[in-house]
Amino acid sequence: MFSKILIANRGEIACRIIKTARRMDIKSVAVYSEADAAALHVELADERVFIGPPPSAQSYLIADRIIEACKKTGAEAVHPGYGFLSEKAPFCEALKAAGIAFIGPDVPAIAAMGDKIESKKLAKSAGVNTVPGYLGVIADDDEAVTIAREVGYPVMIKASAGGGGKGMRIARNDAQVREGFKSAKNEARSSFADDRVFIEKYIEEPRHIEIQVLADSYGNTVYLGERECSIQRRHQKVIEEAPSPFLDSKTRRAMGEQAVALAKAVNYQSAGTVEFIVDAQRNFYFLEMNTRLQVEHPVTEMITGVDLVELMIRVAAGEKLPFTQDDVRLRGWSMEARIYAEDPTRNFLPSTGRVTRYRPPVESQFVRVDTGVYEGGEISMFYDPMVAKLITRGIDRETAIGHMQEALDAFQIRGVGNNISFLSAVMKKERFLSGHLSTNFIAEEFPDGFAGVELEAGTSDRLTAVVAFVHDRIAERNRVLSGQLPGYQPARQNFWMVRTNRENTPVFVDETDHGADVRVGGQVFSLITSWVIGDLLWVGTVEGRKMVVQIDVRGDGYRLLHGGADILCQVLTPRAAELADLMPVRVPPDRSRLLLSPMPGLLVHLAVKVGQEVKVGEELAVVEAMKMENILRAERDGVIAKVNAEAGSSLAVDQVILEFE
Amino acid sequence: MQEILAKLESMRAGARLGGGQRRIDSQHAKGKLIARERIELLLDEGSFEEWDMFVEHRCSDFGMQSQKIPGDGVVTGHGTINGRPVFVFSQDFTVFGGSLSEAHAEKICKIMDQAIKVGAPVIGLNDSGGARIQEGVASLGGYADVFLRNVLASGCVPQISLIMGPCAGGAVYSPAMTDFIFMVQDSSYMFVTGPDVLKTVTHEVVTAEELGGALTHSTKSGVADLAFDNDVEALLQVRRFFDFLPLNAGEKPPVRPCSDPVNRYDYSLDTLVPSNPNKPYDMKELITKVVDEGDFFELKPNHAGNIITGFGRLNGSTVGIIANQPMVLAGCLDIDSSIKAARFVRYCDCFSIPLVTFVDVPGFLPGTDQEYNGIIKHGAKLLFAYAEATVPKVTVITRKAYGGAYDVMSSKHLRGDVNFAWPSAEIAVMGPKGAVEIIFRQDAGDKAKLEAKTEEYRQKFANPFVAGSRGFIDDVIYPSSTRKRVCRALAMLANKQLKNPPKKHDNIPL
Repeated sequence: MFSKILIANRGEIACRIIKTARRMDIKSVAVYSEADAAALHVELADERVFIGPPPSAQSYLIADRIIEACKKTGAEAVHPGYGFLSEKAPFCEALKAAGIAFIGPDVPAIAAMGDKIESKKLAKSAGVNTVPGYLGVIADDDEAVTIAREVGYPVMIKASAGGGGKGMRIARNDAQVREGFKSAKNEARSSFADDRVFIEKYIEEPRHIEIQVLADSYGNTVYLGERECSIQRRHQKVIEEAPSPFLDSKTRRAMGEQAVALAKAVNYQSAGTVEFIVDAQRNFYFLEMNTRLQVEHPVTEMITGVDLVELMIRVAAGEKLPFTQDDVRLRGWSMEARIYAEDPTRNFLPSTGRVTRYRPPVESQFVRVDTGVYEGGEISMFYDPMVAKLITRGIDRETAIGHMQEALDAFQIRGVGNNISFLSAVMKKERFLSGHLSTNFIAEEFPDGFAGVELEAGTSDRLTAVVAFVHDRIAERNRVLSGQLPGYQPARQNFWMVRTNRENTPVFVDETDHGADVRVGGQVFSLITSWVIGDLLWVGTVEGRKMVVQIDVRGDGYRLLHGGADILCQVLTPRAAELADLMPVRVPPDRSRLLLSPMPGLLVHLAVKVGQEVKVGEELAVVEAMKMENILRAERDGVIAKVNAEAGSSLAVDQVILEFE
Repeated sequence: MQEILAKLESMRAGARLGGGQRRIDSQHAKGKLIARERIELLLDEGSFEEWDMFVEHRCSDFGMQSQKIPGDGVVTGHGTINGRPVFVFSQDFTVFGGSLSEAHAEKICKIMDQAIKVGAPVIGLNDSGGARIQEGVASLGGYADVFLRNVLASGCVPQISLIMGPCAGGAVYSPAMTDFIFMVQDSSYMFVTGPDVLKTVTHEVVTAEELGGALTHSTKSGVADLAFDNDVEALLQVRRFFDFLPLNAGEKPPVRPCSDPVNRYDYSLDTLVPSNPNKPYDMKELITKVVDEGDFFELKPNHAGNIITGFGRLNGSTVGIIANQPMVLAGCLDIDSSIKAARFVRYCDCFSIPLVTFVDVPGFLPGTDQEYNGIIKHGAKLLFAYAEATVPKVTVITRKAYGGAYDVMSSKHLRGDVNFAWPSAEIAVMGPKGAVEIIFRQDAGDKAKLEAKTEEYRQKFANPFVAGSRGFIDDVIYPSSTRKRVCRALAMLANKQLKNPPKKHDNIPL
């Protein structure tokens, strides 16, 4: 066994690998860029090596720096995590040449599977179902259109070296093929330094289901069930689960066996994932094989009891798999939600900056948090905006979802935008609960984007009871102050109006030994809690049901986060509420004439000039952030009155780029 | 007896109607509450005792003798806020437009005199069209009587003004002399000369809102400490604000039970200051993470944002917080920020509120604009205020403390009681680059040498230890322990006794 390994990655995955290494008594070495000097993985590792400036192309992606770091620290093996160098054959070759083990498959397997076109040919010959399409290299957009017509619309244009949704475009007609071909090529070039793209049939109502395989160097190959990753946004997975609510055991076995056949065909060793697309009739087609640890691997770990990282290390050290296919049992259900630093109400644009508060839920046998940041840390613009993965487990799907809802309610992030409210919203969707998933789920369930969650009346009343209780406690405390006129302490007030969006709900708070009985409208809610003033999280039971609410006490009221809803409310005396009704509604200033930068980033391109007439949907500007190019389009017809920023300038969030007449 | 009681009740009912239902409705239609509603919200329920409800004006010109409304346009009296006494006057716009008559002024003076006698704060709710022109000079005299009381009460008891309607001409000088001015957005304005006069005299065209609205005064002029969305918001916030203030100069600041532990560490503060000295960070994060329950009542947040002022509590007891804000003008001191902070420091010193100062100041803002407008004199105000303050003074230098600005910001030399520095503190005459450019002026062309010397200077002075070796700071503390250390220092200073030499009064460079 190795005595020291280097983790050629950052963020949550580096932290997660370090944890397993520590458990196995293996020393860990972290590498870090300038932007990550104070990152969590650097802090957790036993040793750390600086490898360059913030952009990953100048640090995490430079194989030589990693090898140098291994030599410097005496690391015997490298775990690449996912992304970065994890699927770069030349890197593995270089490691080999330097006598350092790669914790992953051999070079030929990586090379064969790393190329999406090659891998499809291989899969076909190994007897694996594949999607109709053209696997050759496409020269230009004319050829792309010809091929697209042959395959039949709709088609998908994909980067050969791609992954993670980058460099992917759907096209439903010739014009979209031309546009998609160009942009996929550009994105592929900037993300993978390889601009080859290919075209295949686009499957409607598809599900994304993948098989985890694991192989040692003695020819033993097993599959560890599937993961369903259909909940995606812009082809980026958001929620994953294992097992899939869709597969029957027959399909599972068929997929598993094809996956194993493919792995064997390339002499695969280590952990790998064979991704399939599954249609409504449970026909499945090979998509690609990821020759690395997947982001969503924890859900498999949760239902199989296997530590995939540990086994990867053992296999790389020449050990045999300690079990066979017959030993693999899937127990219970597991859910994973990816926590991103992004603003779900602004079309999921990335959010960067200092994390002023970061309190993930407490880990337990039901809840696991793989995290890469900490309170006071920084989300930099240079890397993927995923900050953590929240994983839950239960005896069945419903229980796992229940734990997930509660854990999301307790997950506190401030300072940077985050998608927790959105994840909560998904977790409550009827269609999600019924397991009727597809990769179009988000697009179909949130056709107009995400605008926050409207709570159902029952939850809303319970939340009202909680905030009334909190306010009552605070008011009761504030009633005690030095300097009071003896005998003139104000009377106990326990009849309140909870005011949200100018609507008053009368509540009556009756304190009890361990909480309060709160009457909301006609119903009495019995609250039991150990909450004290200053706690940021209200944890307790309401009518015997556990409830977790994030409460930010502001000078002028409360901000409540629960079940994906983000509510501002006040708790007033009845008289104050009555008078508040007389107050006029203040109209916020009209900003519709302005084009604001939706995020901090770089203004790459400005498509319009002063005086130019634009139609709705027309491209106005391109802002780049987090390596993603975001096209800002006109929301209505108009004429450009003024241009306030030029291409190449960096933008702050809400900075005015253009003004309309 | 019965007859008199009946008459009393009917007189009260009449007085409560003020200028009548039509005017009340019109006030409501403007989104404004009436005088008594405002008092009702401001004070504890049922605690208001009204005085002088039956006072009427004595004017007999221009038909005024036939127009008498009991109370004469202002409701006065006393009550409690969270059980602590306070005197209030609330101008009634429904009665003669809230205009100030001699009798109206007498009512205000009466409660102010009483407030000074018993040591209770005064809150004025201003909503007045101005002087009662029919009374002429009698009304002017009334203003001056109020002004005088404002001055006499200043430093004795806290005075708060809430501008909830017009406040123009001479009338502005009463709020101007109180400790705090709050305004209501869209419905209040303050100016010495209004838009009409401006138009005639200087041909300047401007709306009342632009000239003296809540936004103008809470951002540009700095006259107002805060602007609130509406009357209800304003009154509830003043209640919250009131709980921070002591009742009078002889009292300690109020204490209320606190469940936030004094020894709470906040490890995220260890990464607050970026490694790049030119990168800003938000000083408000430090403040909210240090004070009890994150509850910070900021004053003038949108005026002179390069310095932060406001009240918080530590271990349940009020402190005044002053902090440089690196996010605005790099935290430089300039005219506006000096004036803003100086007045706040003096307020705290008047009322025994300990001062907690967080320092990250690269110096005074350079420029002709600053010099021509007298930064020398205005900067001196802050220096003066800190130096003369005898309340407990605890200072934490988080990063830069350069030059004269270092001296100003509650330094040890100005009788700072406990002065801490974070490990990131740089206490020096100026930044390394500037220093080297001066010391090695003759080597201006030798870039390599300058760089080497800059690094040397950085090594030598860009740390807290040089100042520490002279005792200019008492300790270098972990940022995460700031709350614990500051609370501890204040506990130690609770019985601090310090008096300035006897004098009639000082001569602060106004």
